[in-house]
Amino acid sequence: MWNDFLLILDATLRISVPFVFAAMGGIFAERSGVIDFGLEGKMLGGAFVAATVAYWTQSAWWGLLGAIGIGIIFSMIHGYASISKRGNQVVSCVAINIFAMGLTVVLANAWFGMGGKTPQLSKEARFMSIELPYAEEFRNIPIFGDIYYEIISGHSILVYIAFLMVPITAWVIFKSSFGLRLRATGENPLAVDTTGISVNKTRYQALLLNGILGGMSGAYLSTAHLAFFVKDMSAGKGYIALAAMIVGKWRPYPAMFACLLFSFLFAIKDKPEVFDLLKGIVPVKLLNSFLDMSPYILTVIFLAGFVGRAVAPKAIGQPFSKEK
Amino acid sequence: MSALAIELTGINKNFGNVCANKDVSLKVESGTIHGIIGENGAGKSTLMSILYGFYQADSGTISVQDKSMQIQNAHDAIDAGIGMVHQHFMLVDTFTVLENVVLGTETGYSLKKSLEASALELQRLEKEYHLEVGIDSVINTLPVGLQQRVEILKALYRGADILILDEPTGVLTPQEADHLFRVLSELREQGKTVILITHKLREIMAITDNVSVMRQGEMVAHLKTAETNQEELAELMVGRKVLLQVDKAPAKPGKPVLTVEHLDFTDDSGVHRVKDVSFNVRSGEIVGIAGVSGNGQSELLAAITGIQPLQKGQLKINSETIRPDMRADAADMRRFGMAHVPEDRQRMGLVTSFSAQENSILGYHNDPAYNGLFEMDRDAILSTCQHGMEHYDVRPNNLNLRASLFSGGNQQKLVVARELERDPELLVIGQPTRGVDIGAIEFIHRQIIAMRDAGKAVLLVSVELDEILSLSDRILVMFAGQIMGEVQASSANERDIGLLMAGISKEAT
Repeated sequence: MWNDFLLILDATLRISVPFVFAAMGGIFAERSGVIDFGLEGKMLGGAFVAATVAYWTQSAWWGLLGAIGIGIIFSMIHGYASISKRGNQVVSCVAINIFAMGLTVVLANAWFGMGGKTPQLSKEARFMSIELPYAEEFRNIPIFGDIYYEIISGHSILVYIAFLMVPITAWVIFKSSFGLRLRATGENPLAVDTTGISVNKTRYQALLLNGILGGMSGAYLSTAHLAFFVKDMSAGKGYIALAAMIVGKWRPYPAMFACLLFSFLFAIKDKPEVFDLLKGIVPVKLLNSFLDMSPYILTVIFLAGFVGRAVAPKAIGQPFSKEK
Repeated sequence: MSALAIELTGINKNFGNVCANKDVSLKVESGTIHGIIGENGAGKSTLMSILYGFYQADSGTISVQDKSMQIQNAHDAIDAGIGMVHQHFMLVDTFTVLENVVLGTETGYSLKKSLEASALELQRLEKEYHLEVGIDSVINTLPVGLQQRVEILKALYRGADILILDEPTGVLTPQEADHLFRVLSELREQGKTVILITHKLREIMAITDNVSVMRQGEMVAHLKTAETNQEELAELMVGRKVLLQVDKAPAKPGKPVLTVEHLDFTDDSGVHRVKDVSFNVRSGEIVGIAGVSGNGQSELLAAITGIQPLQKGQLKINSETIRPDMRADAADMRRFGMAHVPEDRQRMGLVTSFSAQENSILGYHNDPAYNGLFEMDRDAILSTCQHGMEHYDVRPNNLNLRASLFSGGNQQKLVVARELERDPELLVIGQPTRGVDIGAIEFIHRQIIAMRDAGKAVLLVSVELDEILSLSDRILVMFAGQIMGEVQASSANERDIGLLMAGISKEAT
């Protein structure tokens, strides 16, 4: 039982990584007042580019860099459409998502001819698990040793980077001068403009960070979690990250916990015990679908008021324009 | 003549086809309080926005402290020593006072250092200019009067020598306005230059040294305040003689037409906006509700007129009793004999993309008079609109013009015409002259008094104290959702009402 529990938590952590990256990216964008519905597209694009570049160069790090590159390209396209051209931000995001969905498959087919999949990556070309120091030695200490060995140690470097991003994001948003401007831009851009700071520049800076994090979330999927890219690999994870961000009220730590909670549901939904437990309540025919949608149902329940009202940055979605 | 703080020459600014500033020149002497007066839409705010770098002038030159300069954005303006207190405050609601002041002046990566360094300086400014706010208060917990102080502090913190205030007293009680004026005098004594933009003649007379008058985008006069008077300024603003005083005979009140009993209202976010309000309005009288904007007047209006469902308490209109369980809506209220001129004509009074004729029957469109068997009766609508436009002098007299293309005053006349032409028993009117030019104000005021004299009951809600004082027969003052007191118009004075508006009741003083 204890062992099962540890394994579930271990899986939770692995599953949560793309959510955490993307949610942090989303926080940067939305705190600055730019809606980011396009996390899904950045994740998908990042996954494809990471797998492809890693395969060509045989280096996971080049793959990661490529993923960050595509993340930035997508976020800058979004920025151009929604900041410079004051277009509708949701439409711009949807365009990016659809674009990413189509382009990744087309290019994968054209280059590798494997039905939208990229070739399996060798060990060198992906992020492998790393064992933290003393993991073996501590293993015999009760509870702590288990937790350290099973849960904390033995992940790829990206997992650690993802969780490091949370305090970094929190510091930047709440404790840095840039963060003050960023939050002010999302709340009252006119006030920012009258103090002599460029609203648009601040939003582009936010989107730059957003693109980096969005790309990294994709790289994790194809070069750490799995060892190839496959059609529709992100499978809605970008939207879940978005939901986690909202449940976490645009705050890094609560958003991280929301990511972990959703990941926990994903981790247990395939366990036979859960299946048995719910068999009595939900008709068996529907059970699988029910489990699949449980994270989403939970989101709705949360947003409907269990966590109180999620108040978005006031100026979110509004292009900045001085002349009415 | 002392040195010039600001000199503007030949400023032109167009927004599309609209000419907001036409060949405007202005000289502001250093160390004075300079008033700029004009009606809404006269181009005062545009001119100041150009000076503050918010807009770029199409042509013209700006010089500050005798140095010619280009002001491309707020940053340039701040560097030139210009600070601005906007009509709508430029504050981030969720930030503290200190954070708002520091925003844009931070140095280094870490916010903490910037904040610590600025805290002392800000506290010093608070003391020096008597602008105490408390630097750690969060903006959305502060009353508007204090938020305005934060705006002034922001400008001073940035080293402003020239302070522009855009309609600063619109949100203040008379006492708060007096305090503001004392602060401005003090700033002047310390050698700062203040530019005060306003449409209130009284303020110009009370505090300024010089005054410039704008009309329809042009500068029409520069005067020394001591050498002019309210009548002359009003005439310059409007371009013709105006009656500042409203003439009206004593009221002859009859039986109550509207009775409000224990009305309570809580808004969607759970804020208790209207608390146990009871009053009545009799036929043949105008009851004015005074108060600083945001003290529950809008919610009271919404509940009385059926825009928001009645939650608690009851209304009586003539013999009809309206209780919350009746779920009476705005159309029901109309049927009971109420006409409503809403506070915000563009949002609630008109569909601005519809033509004048369509707007002229809005809310009465189900009236059988306008409906044929299958389609609306265009002729009936046209004649209604034509009649209203003539009677209420709406210009241009074009039935098919979109409502958005009329000026503010004419839009308001369209709404007033629609509501008054039905000859209602009860008129509820909110902010009847907000953003309306003086000529139209005069006209609308006369219509309201004519209603009263015809024996109708009028409930008037306005944040303009002058308007309340000149029109009402009885005055109720609202503060924080409650009626603080009732004053007979004959014995009313601004000071007493001002105290009530600030929440200080007579018994307490």
